[in-house]
Amino acid sequence: MFEIFGIPAAALFGQLLLGLINGSFYALLSLGLAVIFGLLNIINFTHGAQYMMGAFVAWMLLTYVGIPYWWALLLVPVIVGATGIVIERLMISRLYHLDHLYGLLLTFGLALIIQGLFRNQYGVSGLAYTIPSQLQGGTNLGFMFLPNYRAWVVVASVVVCFGTWFLIEKTPLGAYLRAATENPTMVGAFGINVPRLITLTYGFGVGLAALAGVLAAPIYSVNPNMGADLIIVVFAVVVIGGMGSILGAILTGFGLGIVEGLTRVFYPEGSAVVIFVIMAIVLLVKPAGLFGRTV
Amino acid sequence: MKISTPILALAMATAMAGSAYAIDVKIGVLNDRSGIYADLSGEGSVIAAQMAVEDFMAADKGINVEIISADHQNKPDVASTIARQWYDEEGVHAIFDVPTSSAALAVNEITREKDRIFINSGAGSADLTGPQCSPNTIHWTYDTWALANGTGSAMVETGADSWFFLTADYAFGHALETDTAAVVEAAGGEVLGTVRHPFPGQDFSSYLLQAQSSGAKVIGLANAGGDTINAIKQASEFGITQSGQSLAALLMFITDVHALGLETAQGLVLTESFYWDLNDGTREWSQRFAEQNDGDMPTMVHAGVYAGVLHYLKAIEETQSVEAGPVMDAMKAMPTSDPLFGQGEVRADGRKIHDMYLFRVKSPDQSEGPWDYYELGYTIPAANAFRPLDQGGCELVE
Repeated sequence: MFEIFGIPAAALFGQLLLGLINGSFYALLSLGLAVIFGLLNIINFTHGAQYMMGAFVAWMLLTYVGIPYWWALLLVPVIVGATGIVIERLMISRLYHLDHLYGLLLTFGLALIIQGLFRNQYGVSGLAYTIPSQLQGGTNLGFMFLPNYRAWVVVASVVVCFGTWFLIEKTPLGAYLRAATENPTMVGAFGINVPRLITLTYGFGVGLAALAGVLAAPIYSVNPNMGADLIIVVFAVVVIGGMGSILGAILTGFGLGIVEGLTRVFYPEGSAVVIFVIMAIVLLVKPAGLFGRTV
Repeated sequence: MKISTPILALAMATAMAGSAYAIDVKIGVLNDRSGIYADLSGEGSVIAAQMAVEDFMAADKGINVEIISADHQNKPDVASTIARQWYDEEGVHAIFDVPTSSAALAVNEITREKDRIFINSGAGSADLTGPQCSPNTIHWTYDTWALANGTGSAMVETGADSWFFLTADYAFGHALETDTAAVVEAAGGEVLGTVRHPFPGQDFSSYLLQAQSSGAKVIGLANAGGDTINAIKQASEFGITQSGQSLAALLMFITDVHALGLETAQGLVLTESFYWDLNDGTREWSQRFAEQNDGDMPTMVHAGVYAGVLHYLKAIEETQSVEAGPVMDAMKAMPTSDPLFGQGEVRADGRKIHDMYLFRVKSPDQSEGPWDYYELGYTIPAANAFRPLDQGGCELVE
């Protein structure tokens, strides 16, 4: 088989596919962040902790109650989303009239507290969550062995991402949401309960993080730091895509996953920083992000 | 008559101690308390240090020991800052544990500069008793040379003669890779490639795929803790172990096996200097440890902190001093003896010498309950377990 830059093409295809799989997680997480920032103007630093909670709640449901993976996919986003709603009502809603910085500090503090609580209870080595029996095994694609579960992650992520994009950009409900961010007083005058709309949006964004957590549970170890490591990268993804841009978050999520995957082949030592290098360049050239509107 | 409180307290302490003067010793346990090495070191090491103080009955011997602890977050800069503060402001006499080789090498330098004592248990880099050796440092539990010598040799003997390394990109990973490659090549094997991953990592599938396409018989994991756990998990997910390549976890702790579960970890060969179920001494101590540690058994790092503190206190009792020079001399002169590592010695280069063990991880059928994970392959006698004294390049060796 032919080679590209000294790397066999087969290996390269494999790495592209792996990049796409990692990109699925970036896309799902940055989507949630973009939804929350776009509609609430809150930089949700708790997102990583909520992703971690998603994985933990899935593990708890399986271990303590015996509820399997497929139900967890439905239940966990609802449960963790509900905790998000409580947090929004009790705390975040008090900060809307203040500077962004306050929301950032609050959510960052919450993330540290949540991670600390889980660390105290479960340690850091992580807990095992088995891949559901229907998705075990894999397919030999010729250039690589693709585990069925990873294929499922990509499919699930693409469906959820574009479903969300459609909901917000193409439906009447999405139109209310977007209108409420532009001019809450006017939308309220039309008889729409704006605070409730905003609360539910936050719950939805948190639910997306939790869903990503459930998807991640079988392949990464379920441990309290799993979100903290990821969230910084995801923030970079959101910044590159353009804060608040739904489509931007999705496309940059997948795209940067692929870029990172390629870096792992050509210069593995740089794979941890490549996204931040891109972020710096994008900020210099197009400060609003690739898909963002100039503010 | 009016007696001031400090004098009264001193008088009481002296009376209780039963000797003329009480010696105050301050010990700092510096390790990872929140990151990927927190379960294998962390609070467990503090518990181990406290147990050593109690078992030594330090108070009865006129030695008042205070233990403090801190989180170095596996970062050399954080570790340096804390070590300096402990030595300069807190009056700490000795620092224990310090996993993460880059952090350990930093503390090694500061301890030499401040002329205190550093007894390392958690870090792996054999440089601590090699080119970077220090008259103030003892490396207690294990090192990269011993791991390579144990697991590397054992794998090559079974015919696994071509290797690909998946290496954590910092001092420890590099040292472990270099030492293992030397063992493999000395035994007639070859190294087909290496990939260095950022530390700590999360997704290893990309590197594993590169290792797979190299066609090597063994993928050597020159990393530790959560990185090793994730790499092994993902190797099984991508069908790498099923397709005939084997994994060599060059550094694996019992907490890692516990987190992986026996289903995934079974059959792995690993080298350790301690296992809770080795003999009556280790069992008795480990049970007491587990009672204070939420039922979790100790790792060899915890055991090393215990034995290190014990030996340190013996040297203080012997010299009736907390000065680094005399205490270090005494620790090197006295043979070591404790229920966890048995009889041993501290060599001139600071290397603690004891047996190492090659274990094989049991299958779920063989295991009789929680923490029953290892089957003893063979014992590597102390004389052969560590790098020969004259090969480390340590300036303390004449």
